[in-house]
Amino acid sequence: MMFAQVPPTTDPPVPTEFSTPDVDAWLILPLLVLIGGAVLLLMVASLVKSLQDGRFAAYATTAIAASAAICVIPLWARLNADGASSTFNGAVGFDGFSLFITVMICISVALTALVAAQYLIDEGFGGVEFYVLMLLSAAGGVVMASANDLIVLFLGLEVLSIAVYVLVASQLRRFASTEAGLKYFLLGAFSSAFLLYGIALVYGATGSTNMSTIKDFLAGNLLTNNALLLAGFALMLVGLGFKVAAVPFHAWTPDVYEGAPSPVVGFMASVVKAAGFAALIRVFVVTFSTYASDWQPAIYALAVLSLLGGSIAAVVQTNVKRMLAYSSISHAGFILVGVQAATDDGVRAALFYVAAYSVMIVGTFGVVTVFGGEGDHAHSLDDYRGLGRRRPALAFALTILLLSQAGVPFTVGFFAKLEIITAAVGAGSQWLGVIAMLAAVIAAYLYLRIVVSLFMQDADEEAEPVRLRTPDTAVAAIAIAVAAVMFFGIVPGPLDDVARDAVPVLVTRG
Amino acid sequence: MVLNQFLLLAAALFCIGVYGVLARRNGVMVLMSVELILNAVNINLVAFAAFTNSIAGEVFALFVIAIAAAEVGVGLAIVLLIYRNRKSIDLTEVDLLKG
Repeated sequence: MMFAQVPPTTDPPVPTEFSTPDVDAWLILPLLVLIGGAVLLLMVASLVKSLQDGRFAAYATTAIAASAAICVIPLWARLNADGASSTFNGAVGFDGFSLFITVMICISVALTALVAAQYLIDEGFGGVEFYVLMLLSAAGGVVMASANDLIVLFLGLEVLSIAVYVLVASQLRRFASTEAGLKYFLLGAFSSAFLLYGIALVYGATGSTNMSTIKDFLAGNLLTNNALLLAGFALMLVGLGFKVAAVPFHAWTPDVYEGAPSPVVGFMASVVKAAGFAALIRVFVVTFSTYASDWQPAIYALAVLSLLGGSIAAVVQTNVKRMLAYSSISHAGFILVGVQAATDDGVRAALFYVAAYSVMIVGTFGVVTVFGGEGDHAHSLDDYRGLGRRRPALAFALTILLLSQAGVPFTVGFFAKLEIITAAVGAGSQWLGVIAMLAAVIAAYLYLRIVVSLFMQDADEEAEPVRLRTPDTAVAAIAIAVAAVMFFGIVPGPLDDVARDAVPVLVTRG
Repeated sequence: MVLNQFLLLAAALFCIGVYGVLARRNGVMVLMSVELILNAVNINLVAFAAFTNSIAGEVFALFVIAIAAAEVGVGLAIVLLIYRNRKSIDLTEVDLLKG
């Protein structure tokens, strides 16, 4: 009876001649390389018995990720020549922003694969499927960064997340890993559902899922009742807030970081966070730019809570992985400060910070993986005592990476923080800049605590020292990360210029 | 006017789902509650699609159904793993990691 009351709506869309959208496959070349490489790797490794040991898969993954990153070079040239465009009937965008995030994700994948190579063999789990999942998850991140349609954004997010749920739970024999997987899965699915509900409301309020159509609609129409739209904003912000681990949606972070295998944590902290921020910038800063005064206060609050909550909670921890989890929450707060500015400078600073942080954190978790020893369990501050004497080079590398996270001059972390604070002040949020600096000071104490226990305290004489292995692939990855941190810390210009060119734009068609 | 009825139904389902995720201690029940939220979204999408006369919402609903299936596949596998280790899927007993 209820349905009898439905007024006759206008005629349903008449099915016109079926036409497939124009697809310019060149524009999604890095994505095709990642997915094709993953499928090929899986096929080759299941057909050829001798290639099933993890080492081959690790090298292959590094090569695939590196070639996907190299594919970006001609695309960047094309972008500079022809300008931004979109393909798949306006559903997938092609701009400097998506290319920048693509390169960053590929570099993180390559470094993580090197860190994981020997670790997985020693711990006796994973194998080829671990690397395949990592490549597919990275492909999801790339889709998210280049999404020009909310449907595509959601698909990218799910491809990214579902693969990471499995990666977190992949160490079947260690209960902490499966428990972390369950926690991450339940909260991740919950937050995706929130995001989805928000997308549905925004679709209802604007009548489209295409981001450029939404942007034009919001700019051209004054809504008399925007409750639906604002509720949509709020739910989307909650969903993305979970993914980037902003306070108060951070409760899963310390547990998952502690329980998950260490290389996976590095992957999550770099790739998942980068993709989450890419989505946040694309959706809020670019698409909802007309309503900036409505969402800016919410992100302002998230930034303040994450900055202070993350760094204060980190100080009282005694487990290094949990400390780094809270510090990653504080770093998310910094990036949110850039997002909150909602200016080109803010976006550039956020991109610079995301890039710098990804390299730092993959390197840091590289060292943490090695220091965890057999069974990946020796992660308390006490376990780290005296490692400065046992493994001086690695301890020194960790010190540089931590100092960079703290924002000490001559490391890339310094310029990242400087740009964020400059952008915040430029956008008129001086107090947010002050809070960010305060949080940086509090967080510096935590990094120094780790350094102090590495170099200034001796190991417990009676305790059996943890057996450490130093695989050369992991050392290579750590060396690359340290070199990048030092190089861009002295010459930040190149990275800064690229971040400036990587402005996100939305192009309707063609 | 009539759109409101669909939106209210969806909102009610959403609230039941959120309550289920927060209050249930059984892992499988939490999964089912997440499914409720996703179906609330589907109702919203299809209702909006019918009322704005655009096809995008219906296409989106199909994608959501497919993704939900994939998500439940992975989720049940993880729950099963926990059950094999612990002989229980009571979430309050999964507390090896503090916090």
